[in-house]
Amino acid sequence: MRIAELKDHQRELYYFQLRVGIAGIAVLLAFGLLLARLAYLQVVQHDTYAAKAEENRISIVPIAPNRGLILDRNGVVLARNYSAYTLEILPAKVRDLERTIQELAEIVEVQPKDRARFRKLLAETRNAESLPIRTRLSDEEVARFAANRYRFPGVEIKARLFRQYPHGGLASHVVGYIGRISARDQERLAEAGLDSNYRGTDFIGKAGLEASYQHELHGVTGFEQVEIDAAGRGIRTLARSPAKAGNNVTLSLDIRLQEVAEGAFGARRGALVALDPSSGGVLAFVSKPGFDPNLFVDGIDPQSWEGLNNSPDRPLNNRAIAGVYPPGSTFKPFMALAALELGKRRPSSTIQDPGYFEFGGRRFHDSKRGGHGTVDLYQSIVKSSDTYYYMLANDMGIDAIAGFMQRFGFGAKSGIDLEGEATGVLPSPEWKLKRFRRPEQQKWYAGETISIGVGQGYNAYTPMQLALAVATLAANGSMYRPHLVAHVDNLRSGERRHVEPVLVRRVALKDENLEFIRRAMAGVNREGTGARAFAGAQYSSGGKTGTAQVIGLKEGEKYDEKKIAERFKDHALFIAFAPLESPKIALAVVVENSGFGARFAAPIARIVLDYYLLGRLPESMPGRAAPEEEPDDEEREGD
Amino acid sequence: MELAQLAPRRLAARLAEGIDGTLLAIALALAAIGLATLYSASQDDAARLTAQLANLAFALAAMWLAAQVPPQTLMRFAPAAYLAGIALLVAVALAGDVVNGARRWLHLGVVRFQPSEVMKLALPLMLAWYFHKNEAALKLRDFALGALLAAVPVALIARQPDLGTAALVAAVGVYVLFFAGIGWKPLAALALLVLASLPPLWGLLHEYQRKRILTLLDPTQDPLGAGYHTIQSTIAVGSGGIGGKGWLHGTQAHLEFIPERHTDFIFAVYAEEFGLAGGVVLLALYVALVARGLMIAANAATFFARLLAASITLMLFTYAFVNIGMVSGILPVVGVPLPFVSYGGSALATLFIGIGILMSIHQHRKLVQT
Repeated sequence: MRIAELKDHQRELYYFQLRVGIAGIAVLLAFGLLLARLAYLQVVQHDTYAAKAEENRISIVPIAPNRGLILDRNGVVLARNYSAYTLEILPAKVRDLERTIQELAEIVEVQPKDRARFRKLLAETRNAESLPIRTRLSDEEVARFAANRYRFPGVEIKARLFRQYPHGGLASHVVGYIGRISARDQERLAEAGLDSNYRGTDFIGKAGLEASYQHELHGVTGFEQVEIDAAGRGIRTLARSPAKAGNNVTLSLDIRLQEVAEGAFGARRGALVALDPSSGGVLAFVSKPGFDPNLFVDGIDPQSWEGLNNSPDRPLNNRAIAGVYPPGSTFKPFMALAALELGKRRPSSTIQDPGYFEFGGRRFHDSKRGGHGTVDLYQSIVKSSDTYYYMLANDMGIDAIAGFMQRFGFGAKSGIDLEGEATGVLPSPEWKLKRFRRPEQQKWYAGETISIGVGQGYNAYTPMQLALAVATLAANGSMYRPHLVAHVDNLRSGERRHVEPVLVRRVALKDENLEFIRRAMAGVNREGTGARAFAGAQYSSGGKTGTAQVIGLKEGEKYDEKKIAERFKDHALFIAFAPLESPKIALAVVVENSGFGARFAAPIARIVLDYYLLGRLPESMPGRAAPEEEPDDEEREGD
Repeated sequence: MELAQLAPRRLAARLAEGIDGTLLAIALALAAIGLATLYSASQDDAARLTAQLANLAFALAAMWLAAQVPPQTLMRFAPAAYLAGIALLVAVALAGDVVNGARRWLHLGVVRFQPSEVMKLALPLMLAWYFHKNEAALKLRDFALGALLAAVPVALIARQPDLGTAALVAAVGVYVLFFAGIGWKPLAALALLVLASLPPLWGLLHEYQRKRILTLLDPTQDPLGAGYHTIQSTIAVGSGGIGGKGWLHGTQAHLEFIPERHTDFIFAVYAEEFGLAGGVVLLALYVALVARGLMIAANAATFFARLLAASITLMLFTYAFVNIGMVSGILPVVGVPLPFVSYGGSALATLFIGIGILMSIHQHRKLVQT
């Protein structure tokens, strides 16, 4: 019994020790498994995880450079920066955007406008970006949010630099505006290899000089290597290279002259370009109506955008370089010059003007009923005879006209330092061949040449091209590429880069011919169609009125201003330069759908010239918005 | 003069009585690693280190006391300890404090502790007592009853909910059954029973528990939610490399990428700073601990002592295995501390009491051997 018990005991102990052995082996196996796992993580996968830990730890924080300023020729600031607090949401870190915005609205004011803009930005912009739900927070709102910050992960207050345009809508088409970098901007930047320099940048020039001088204005992005914790808070800065501010851009444009010019338009639509004939520098650049570029700065709200985009007045259209108009009678001085240069007319040769020109059984009417009688070349410009130029065009032929006009820059981009310039149309058989598809449309008809002579037909030029042509005339045939910017300044180095005048070409012209045309244009302002607008001017000037038809009138039909809807009224044009000897300014004015050039465009030119040359407004001027009245005979007579 | 010199020596001798130097050295080495890592992980909060030192002092005292209690005495109190443990678990279910959505803590005056800790030792005591009583003729019925004794506290702990501790307590129960000599067939049946109970258990799990298990399969599923712990701790471990980033130089830990870096995820901090070399040292210490424990069990005097020593030893192993497995991303995230290393008083006390019991068993190994 005792022995059996002892045996039992022994066996039991043996079994137990066997199981302890099994357990020991299991333990070793289990720890072996752990060791294998650790070796895998720490040896095989070490590089991967080490990289991940670094990624976790170090964040490269770009420092956006301050954008350069835009200044007028006298140093008046047209675009500047100011700092303001924005409330921004990082969409990737917020689970329920709607609810977050709803809760934010209890702390800071969030208008439907802000929400709409936020949604628009969310749809448009690059991902993983923090987007403003509110801009320009008041100090009180900043404090209120700060106290509630813990409730809003992924929402932050940020101090941001904003663009501001102190002059609002003034020169809006020159200065342009900035907007958030869109996916398309991003692609373009990537193609240009500039995307790394834009890592901290939210805004980019979208229009005007803000766009065309984007890379001068932007500057160089700085970087900060920051060690961050799990919550993304910066713990300390490891390395830092500061941002380099963008360059300041100074214009040749005078904002006071610009203001006078824009004021002269009143509520009318149109464009004006004034150039310095000796350099191509732009002195004034008007496209009316304009817009307030400040609306775009923190992302335009959809409502304002709709308003600007869908307005029949098309305020976003830069008429000065993208609007094309028939030049009307402002084309005549260039036609006359061509006739002289090509030997088609002599100053003394005259025609009889019966009030129409008949060609191929069709009558081309003069704007003056009954015609101007005996007209020589000088009279043809001063009185603006249509018949004279119908005949001249017919005599010269389209190829000669196109060949000559091309040299004055008609139908070609001026090369001004703005984007979005239109080419316009300098009509020619070659142009028609390219423009149209069907053979019968491609053919040039001799009858089409005739209206070209008076600046109608297919003629279509931008106000910039007109102004450049006048400036070239004023500079004895020297054509300088127009430019808005006079110099670019690097504030850090103090380096100043002047935009040197670029001579595009020298149009070879005989002095006596030039002299004749200038004398005739002086006659326009002294005794012709421009005389009323330039009455009492204390300087000599040359000009030419023009009235461009918007719709073609049927044969024999008489134009009745009152009966035609406003949109179909004629465009008023005027070109001018002054003073007569060594001109300092050359300009072109287009006033859309207003009527006669002499009445609506010439007075604007007078105001601009007076202000530029004399530093004051004309003493005896008809009001900016002339009262609608039946034009008197003198106006009727000229175009 | 002589007396004065003798007294401290005598005191030292009295204190050393019943204390196993090997076990103590291993446990203290682990605790030292814990303190060093804790120092690195709690630079934001120096008080944590002091608190853990106090915890350690208390745990050592508890170990010493436990080492002074002969196994026979322990056996006498085993059913009482078990019943007290059950009572505490019921009490906590009725009146416990809720921390992080789980009712695990019980307030006893100034001290707050987790009654589930008591069960980690009370259950093996109880089962060892029960099997010892029926040592001569253990039948299947006895093992079934043993399983039932284990199931009651496991169910109570799982309900808190504290899945990690429940699994641990269950594992300890199974260890006792295993060492008590349960047949391979009933053991397999038990394993099947556990497996079969998994699907219905899944339904009883809390959402976060299910998420943790699912996340183990693919942590990237929810990188900022349930997968965050595993991803960040794996990065910490992996980025440590062979030699580690050096003490106090772990970026993952210092930049607070590792959650619960003082407690359950302290191994991530350790592995980041000390690398694979440190991991080998730590695993070697645990292997030594288990080896010593199993050796004590194999040489224990009574069936009760053998069962108790072996199951406590395997419990220590299980703690270490589950914790390191979870931190290195091969086991689901359950709340199991790294034994002797993680911050926390309750667990440390339990562990050192366990060590004390092992020491007592070792001390009394020859007594009954007549």
